[in-house]
Amino acid sequence: MRAFFALLSRDLRLSVREGSALGAALGFYLIVVAMLPLGLGPDMALLSRIAPGLLWLALLLSALLTLGRLFETDLEDGSLEVMATASLPLEMIVLAKGLAHWLSTALPLTLLAPVLGLMLNLDFAAYPLLMLTMLIGTPAISFIGTIGAALTLRSRRGSLLIALLVLPLYVPTLIFGIGAIASLLGPGGSGPSLMILAAISLGALVLGPIAAAAALRAQLA
Amino acid sequence: MRLVADNISLSRGERRLIAGLSFAVEAGEALVLTGPNGVGKTTLLRALAGFIPPDAGVIRLEGSGDDDSLVGECAHYVGHANGVKPGLTVRENAQFWVRFLNGDVRAVDDTFDMLHLADLAEVPAGYLSAGQKRRLGLTRLLLAKRPIWLLDEPTAALDVASQALLAGLMQQHLDGGGMLIAATHGPLGLSNARILELAAPEPGEVHAHSEVL
Repeated sequence: MRAFFALLSRDLRLSVREGSALGAALGFYLIVVAMLPLGLGPDMALLSRIAPGLLWLALLLSALLTLGRLFETDLEDGSLEVMATASLPLEMIVLAKGLAHWLSTALPLTLLAPVLGLMLNLDFAAYPLLMLTMLIGTPAISFIGTIGAALTLRSRRGSLLIALLVLPLYVPTLIFGIGAIASLLGPGGSGPSLMILAAISLGALVLGPIAAAAALRAQLA
Repeated sequence: MRLVADNISLSRGERRLIAGLSFAVEAGEALVLTGPNGVGKTTLLRALAGFIPPDAGVIRLEGSGDDDSLVGECAHYVGHANGVKPGLTVRENAQFWVRFLNGDVRAVDDTFDMLHLADLAEVPAGYLSAGQKRRLGLTRLLLAKRPIWLLDEPTAALDVASQALLAGLMQQHLDGGGMLIAATHGPLGLSNARILELAAPEPGEVHAHSEVL
């Protein structure tokens, strides 16, 4: 466990020190959401209705921007070779890196979402639930993302490939994330959607590291 | 403890680099891999570290007490890239390895003294020269004790004094019962190293390697 936390704290420290990745993601999120009303026109009722979906979609795209660097620097500077000879299994290493990605990228994006909600005239009743769905749903983004990042590690234009590989896998998270908010505003409860959202995240937490570790082993060979 | 490669074959992509190679390295022994560029020295080292599965044959560690212990987990691999994070200071890099590889935190300062990195300890590793980075990469060997050292061109970028320093460390490791396998073009300064000269396999030929004592 000492090795696990050593890696986690190193990645968090690096992401703070090399803050450009997070800055780019937050900036992208801000710009996309700021531009949406320009494209859709000043219909406040329309914006309010589609705001949860827009915020979720823009968050997915912003997080996607940061996935390419997840293992790339470790491959370039030889850290991946050090990690592969550690007694900590590669699956746990991916888990630590995925967790670091969630804490350093997905969480700040989630915290920015309510601020951006103001720009889209989001219904005030929806704010707590928006935050809740994002908190529950974003681990899936990070851990499904590790698979895409590991698979495309050595390919040129990898970031474009990641988008093609990973975005379809984000569809369930998007559907149930928005579904939970929609069912609060409409008839019926949002409990089932939240539970499915949590199930997807837990599934990604387990399967993501296994699949990504297998991909990393193939990349090292 | 004994590292055995039994009739292994390795390829890079479609190209067969090493065919039917067997050797054993005993505790306290050094094996130096030589041969022209592209003959498969790095590939062989990476296979020993467990990164590349052999096409045929087995690599195993005998007498380690634990039969299914992986060679990679008993080995340090220092390749062309040093595993140094440019965003962290020299000390932070070392401290990460110590904690990550289950070493001894108190060893950091001694190791820095030994490799003349003490003055650079608080400098971000991104500012180091190639030789300094390599010295930092080599501290890993001392920060966590592992019986097998797999070194790919360990003297690359090192000045003469550092090369002598490294030779001393390697000799110390061997005297303590460690094993060392290094790929190199120049002399390492080891007194009694076995040399394994790799040659490109002829098509259809199995034993294309000569072992010189």
